[in-house]
Amino acid sequence: MRAILKPMGLTLVLYATTASAQAEDVTTFTLDNGMDVVVIEDHRSQALTNMVWYRTGAADEPAGKSGIAHFLEHLMFKGTDKMAAGEFSATVAANGGTDNAFTSKDYTAYYQQVAADRLDLMLKMEADRMVNLQMTEQDVATERDVILEERNMRIENSPQALFSEQADAAQYLNHPYGIPVIGWRHEMEQLNQQDALTFYHQYYAPNNAILVVAGDVEPDQVRELANQYFGPIAPNPDLKPRVRPQEPPQLAERRLNFSDPRISQPYLVRSYLAPERNSGDQRQAAALTLLASLLGGDSTTSYLATKLQFDTQTAVYTSASYSGMSLDKTEFNLIVVPAQGVELADAEKAMDQAVADFIAAGPDPEDLERIKTQFRASEIYAMDSTNSRANRYGAALAIGLTVQDVQDWVPTVLDISADEIIAAAKTVLDRRASVTGFVTPSEPVTTGTEG
Amino acid sequence: MKKLLAIFLLAVSGVQAAAAVEIQDVTSPGGIKAWLVEEHSIPFVSLELRFKGGGNLDLDGKRGATNLMTGLLEEGTGDLDSRAFAKARDSLAASFGFDVGADTVSVSARFLTETQDQAMGLLHQALVAPNFDEASLERVRQQVLTGIRSSQTDPNDIAGREFALQVYGDHPYATPYEGTAESVTALTRDDIVTAHKNALALDRVYVSAVGDITAEQLGTLLDKLLAGLPETGAPAPGPATLTFDGKTTVKPFETPQSVALFAQPGMERDDPDYFAAYILNQILGGSGFDSRLMTEVREKRGLTYGIGTYLIPRDYAELWLGQVASANDKVADAISVVRDEWSKLAKDGVTQEELDQAKTYLTGAYPLRFDSNAAIADILVGMQMDDLPISYVETRNDNVNAVTLEQINRVAAELLKPDELTFMVVGQPAGL
Repeated sequence: MRAILKPMGLTLVLYATTASAQAEDVTTFTLDNGMDVVVIEDHRSQALTNMVWYRTGAADEPAGKSGIAHFLEHLMFKGTDKMAAGEFSATVAANGGTDNAFTSKDYTAYYQQVAADRLDLMLKMEADRMVNLQMTEQDVATERDVILEERNMRIENSPQALFSEQADAAQYLNHPYGIPVIGWRHEMEQLNQQDALTFYHQYYAPNNAILVVAGDVEPDQVRELANQYFGPIAPNPDLKPRVRPQEPPQLAERRLNFSDPRISQPYLVRSYLAPERNSGDQRQAAALTLLASLLGGDSTTSYLATKLQFDTQTAVYTSASYSGMSLDKTEFNLIVVPAQGVELADAEKAMDQAVADFIAAGPDPEDLERIKTQFRASEIYAMDSTNSRANRYGAALAIGLTVQDVQDWVPTVLDISADEIIAAAKTVLDRRASVTGFVTPSEPVTTGTEG
Repeated sequence: MKKLLAIFLLAVSGVQAAAAVEIQDVTSPGGIKAWLVEEHSIPFVSLELRFKGGGNLDLDGKRGATNLMTGLLEEGTGDLDSRAFAKARDSLAASFGFDVGADTVSVSARFLTETQDQAMGLLHQALVAPNFDEASLERVRQQVLTGIRSSQTDPNDIAGREFALQVYGDHPYATPYEGTAESVTALTRDDIVTAHKNALALDRVYVSAVGDITAEQLGTLLDKLLAGLPETGAPAPGPATLTFDGKTTVKPFETPQSVALFAQPGMERDDPDYFAAYILNQILGGSGFDSRLMTEVREKRGLTYGIGTYLIPRDYAELWLGQVASANDKVADAISVVRDEWSKLAKDGVTQEELDQAKTYLTGAYPLRFDSNAAIADILVGMQMDDLPISYVETRNDNVNAVTLEQINRVAAELLKPDELTFMVVGQPAGL
């Protein structure tokens, strides 16, 4: 089957063509009030995705108010002085569209998918709620119950998610990334209307926002409508630089034991504090991205899979993951699910030995080339989803990257050498900056009794 | 996320549709039928294959065989072992997804125009001549067993399993197609070979392709891709007899939030009233929309983060299924509101305004689904499995708009059966 590798030279030419085509259909500009705009043209259908991103997320919350960024996201659907509670989404639906929103540690985004000729209305409504939010005490109280149920669903009902919260809290000694996006329950229960409005007035302003419109649109049309609706909104002069408390040197590895009767399959997780992508400086993040792919990206061919699942039957599942898409330092993660009868401590030893062997030997050139081939192709496949492209640009700009950084990313990854990957591994895979978690079943409580 | 988008426990099929795509009906020289949308602006192709049958075809005592077989399709063929196969695939930057459900085995492929022949050659080998070697069988078996073990303590999985057992009687739908620890442990290589012959046959395959390929190229590709598969596979199990006792059953499980599934009889996909029922579901508990249940259970009372209902026309059973999760001290209230809304809708029907709003939403949202090659390929193969004509994408919105208030309220009175609405609750619910 070696023959199948031959035509890759041809595809290289093709990739280059597509990458430049991708750059051509992205337009970016800034309104006079500081609001950034990205337009991604895709005329294959008559639909569009409209997104407004705010450069604020859970890591920007005041101490003791965890969850307020996400709670505000919910309350942004509760109306303005012009629109009643629920009217925003009802109007989108009445125009045949769908809408939703999401909050992360670094950003909050609102979006609609709708026919392209409804852009005018979407921008008008988004501009309205950027400054005119209103809500009743009753709406706030009911919605707080909703987010508590959301926490129940996402976290309390999932022992894996409960453990992740504890692990994040242990990973960050000082930075607010250690606090869950949805909030600690005891703080969520106390969040009120004033907390939400304070956060809103501080962070929701055109000079802290990015408009991304992707689909069957022309940049000039978006420019005109953005100026019409967002242009009149005054910037917030009191917006401060995004400086969060940073991590001190991490000098002591942390080890967690977590048990829950709802865990049936033991597993271990290792996370290391890791650098993120920075504007004009993405090489180390690119090296870590390749490192994660090589170590534990593919469930069959990765180094950990080979050593722990094929050469030995130590594990049934292994993975390594890293994403540099954050404003501040992030994590490099390893997971091992041991085979039946293998102790977690032995699985951990095998994992550490495999990582050490990988660093000593360096990446296999064929493996590295294969992974880079997939990165090249990802540029082509990414063109298929307008939504994903809108998300990619929006998230990048929200964490301080530029359109140029987004377009440089794949070429940067392709340019990384084996030596850079090993250097990044040696720097980042430092046990002193790591958290290791053993997640195990505890004695189940007898079912059939009322608790 | 402000809204819960999809937490279905059971596979949702029944793709609805209407948009500006030009669908070609292609028959290969060898007689394979496929639907194609040519999209030459991006140099790749999305290809979907569906084999009807799926886990339902498991033989007596061999529960989980089709699932395990599907998991082994990418684990080596000919001279290529698992890792060599994966490396060959990745070197081409192709991706192959193999999935199984109660009714279907799915193969989703994505490949670059440039390396199409090599990618399809590789997929052909995997589909027609998988090795099913003992080492891979053991390794994948352990992965399946790990999944089965985890599902024993997951409240959503428990609810789905217990509910299926109660509703589906002795039909294969009553038990998970993944099998049990015992049945999967006992499966042999011969069982896997048999499952392969039974499930991947030409008499049950549906095909769609979207992307940088012509009809002629697709015909040639399909003949090569599927050459060597058996003409016929195993017979299907036949219709299920469903039981809805109208009660609320509690399966105690120590967790803070109770998970509830609820269901009553649904409607067949080809029923003349299907569009009326579909709109009715949208108004009651449809997604992407302020349904009655979202309004009453979440917006007004804060009893849940998400609640939804789905008309599920499976191949051998039709359900109207819903799902909600509420804290243990609130789930009784949530269930009470759902039961009230169910009765109210059966008795009073919907208003003209609700009908109009639902129509506007459904007809507007339909073309938005056609938003990528992969999504379009998925829609097209689903339509074929539902026996819908190509013209459906043009007529679907007209059919939605044709539903009258009189019709939908007749259907509400006939179809909604509050006495048969059956709940399965997993958790530690208070007051149930």
